[in-house]
Amino acid sequence: MESVSVSSQLNKSVRQQYMQLPQGARCQVTYVWIDGTGEGLRNKTRSLEQEPKTLQDIPEWNFDGSSTYQAEGSNSDMYLIPVAMFRDPFTLDPNKLVLCEVLKYNRLPAETNHRARCKKIMEQVKEEVIWFGMEQEYTLFGADGHPFGWPKNGYPRPQGPYYCGVGADCAYGRDVVECHYKACLYAGLNIYGTNAEVMPAQWEFQIGPCEGLDMGDHLWMARFLLHRVCEDFGVILTLDPKPMMGNWNGAGCHTNVSTKAMREEGGLKFIEEATEKLGKRHKKHIEHYDPHGGRDNQRRLTGLHETSSIHDFSTGVANRAASIRIPRHVGQEKKGYFEDRRPAANCDPYSVTMVLAETMLLPPELHDKEYKFEKEYMFDKE
Amino acid sequence: MATSASTKLDKAVKHQYMDLPQGDKVQAMYIWVDGSGEGLRCKTRTLDSEPKTIQDLPEWNFDGSSTYQSEGSNSDMYLVPAAMFRDPFRKDPNKLVLCEVLKYNRKPAETNLRRMCEKIMTMVDTQHPWFGMEQEYTLLGVDGHPFGWPSNGFPGPQGPYYCGVGADKAYGRDVVEAHYRACLYAGVQICGTNAEVMPAQWEFQVGPCEGINMGDHLWIARFILHRVCEDFGVVASFDPKPIPGNWNGAGCHTNFSTKEMREDGGLKIIEDSIERLSKRHMYHIRAYDPKGGLDNARRLTGHHETSNIGEFSAGVANRGASIRIPRTVGQEKKGYFEDRRPSANCDPYIVTEALIRTCLLKEEGEEPAEYK
Repeated sequence: MESVSVSSQLNKSVRQQYMQLPQGARCQVTYVWIDGTGEGLRNKTRSLEQEPKTLQDIPEWNFDGSSTYQAEGSNSDMYLIPVAMFRDPFTLDPNKLVLCEVLKYNRLPAETNHRARCKKIMEQVKEEVIWFGMEQEYTLFGADGHPFGWPKNGYPRPQGPYYCGVGADCAYGRDVVECHYKACLYAGLNIYGTNAEVMPAQWEFQIGPCEGLDMGDHLWMARFLLHRVCEDFGVILTLDPKPMMGNWNGAGCHTNVSTKAMREEGGLKFIEEATEKLGKRHKKHIEHYDPHGGRDNQRRLTGLHETSSIHDFSTGVANRAASIRIPRHVGQEKKGYFEDRRPAANCDPYSVTMVLAETMLLPPELHDKEYKFEKEYMFDKE
Repeated sequence: MATSASTKLDKAVKHQYMDLPQGDKVQAMYIWVDGSGEGLRCKTRTLDSEPKTIQDLPEWNFDGSSTYQSEGSNSDMYLVPAAMFRDPFRKDPNKLVLCEVLKYNRKPAETNLRRMCEKIMTMVDTQHPWFGMEQEYTLLGVDGHPFGWPSNGFPGPQGPYYCGVGADKAYGRDVVEAHYRACLYAGVQICGTNAEVMPAQWEFQVGPCEGINMGDHLWIARFILHRVCEDFGVVASFDPKPIPGNWNGAGCHTNFSTKEMREDGGLKIIEDSIERLSKRHMYHIRAYDPKGGLDNARRLTGHHETSNIGEFSAGVANRGASIRIPRTVGQEKKGYFEDRRPSANCDPYIVTEALIRTCLLKEEGEEPAEYK
């Protein structure tokens, strides 16, 4: 079986001919949302009479939730609320990609719509000016279900030469990475950088620094772009945190965090206070750091392969086997940021950033508070 | 299978993405030498505007425990930009940035040989030392067999391949052509290419470069070669003896001159330098491959246009000697000489440094001298 999909064999110059056709004043807007799994992304497109200049120009929409693990057939309509707009690197200007929140029939947030609660938390801690940077690791698979570039009936050489590697014997699938980077820059996503990872066919991109809610918006859209680029090449993206058993690295989403106070002179004190608070809420964070309450991370956080053990909480300067790593230069300059290495690659960034802000910056009596959402979503924009 | 799975990824699709405009943002790819002293690593970051000089590029850091350079418990290492080039893969305004590596305590990493080389070069800059290095390499398929060789065997014996033309003589010229053009674009001082004696073996030359530039330009040229080969789905090997038996090894012959050697009567200075080199053979051998001479022991046999590793020799137009003085230099009584001992996988920083120490700083004995 081939390692690239049948679709990728479709003639691309035929496609180009059509994609170059002018479209008049009308504009294609692709709505993107998170489905009932909490990991999967869905999308559908509509034409607008003219290019939307801001989010307010984009109408609400709806979809069949019974086909996305989100509703019963008997009551399947769900709402799509546009929340962030980007340029479309696939069909190009003036077309748009629009990230959406999903609401149930009663206009309350869907089960996997964690953005709603994240927004409430971020609004409360606005003066702290909290910044995030997330390091998204991922693995490329061939259409045959085996990691891309790996020999058919076996394994590559052991890990060692692949991290940041170059050469056909080290870097498997760089084309995907390069194209995704350009697509993100075009779309207006805050992509910080890329590198090859420790396992062959594993890569990483970083999004940030983003303030508050933007982190989740940019990371989810960057993931959508990556799925689409992989689809164009005929390979498959997986964010599974431990795609290969044995002596092969897992995939995480290390989350770098800072507040204004941490970034200023003497900020190390606030970093230490924050890690102290995080230490007291380890189990709660683990529940939020993958879409299955910690069960996915159990396969990954073993204490080996540059991970901490899922059972213990630890902090260390320049220590990649700790739950929290304080970068060496932050330890020296006594200000900056810290890195939470626990989130899994398939985490929901809204959940991760929300629980970090909550634990670090809100008093314990507000932790796990249930918020009401009626007011925000009751009225249609149209 | 000779070419990698990555070659199946559709390049027309890739071009569509690579043509996307990127606004003011610039991609800077940071490149460094890993703990093996031979391997290159790279990662990229976005900058908000085009860097005009090396000073515009910020320091960065990386996980040294994944590159054979540190332990996991204390893994952060620093990347300090040292030389900037245009990026022939992502094109303008994007950059390739060669970096020095520092340990957690900001001392040079074990395989950061640039730091000492730069110091030595500064001591002799008024003598304008020029270098030209002839980088030989072998193309391999991803199956590890030389590219173009029959799967279960060998091609016809050496003879017709050196500077050859034709599909039965030149294996993989596309890589060479692409690499040459990419180096010219990047601003690397590439001065030529030719097919080598073993089929699937090639050579490019970088120079003339003064002082520290030699190491910088050669390392970037090597990186560009690895990236070009990756794009084609083949592998570049700098192993000094990839195939045992009656097949040539791969070296990095190093041509060297100073202002004095290049001027009238310079031959005398050349002969004086060679005299000094003859007394320090083993020190140079230890500097001429990343394993203190063990790699070169497989290559410098006295056959296949090499000298024997145990003996030092010099001669005009003699390719079996350690040092060759080109015929024209012997006639014009000025010019340069060629040290044929360095291995293809040598670190050019320590090779050029060793030549300066022995010939210009007039050091003697088995160990390099320490300077303040």
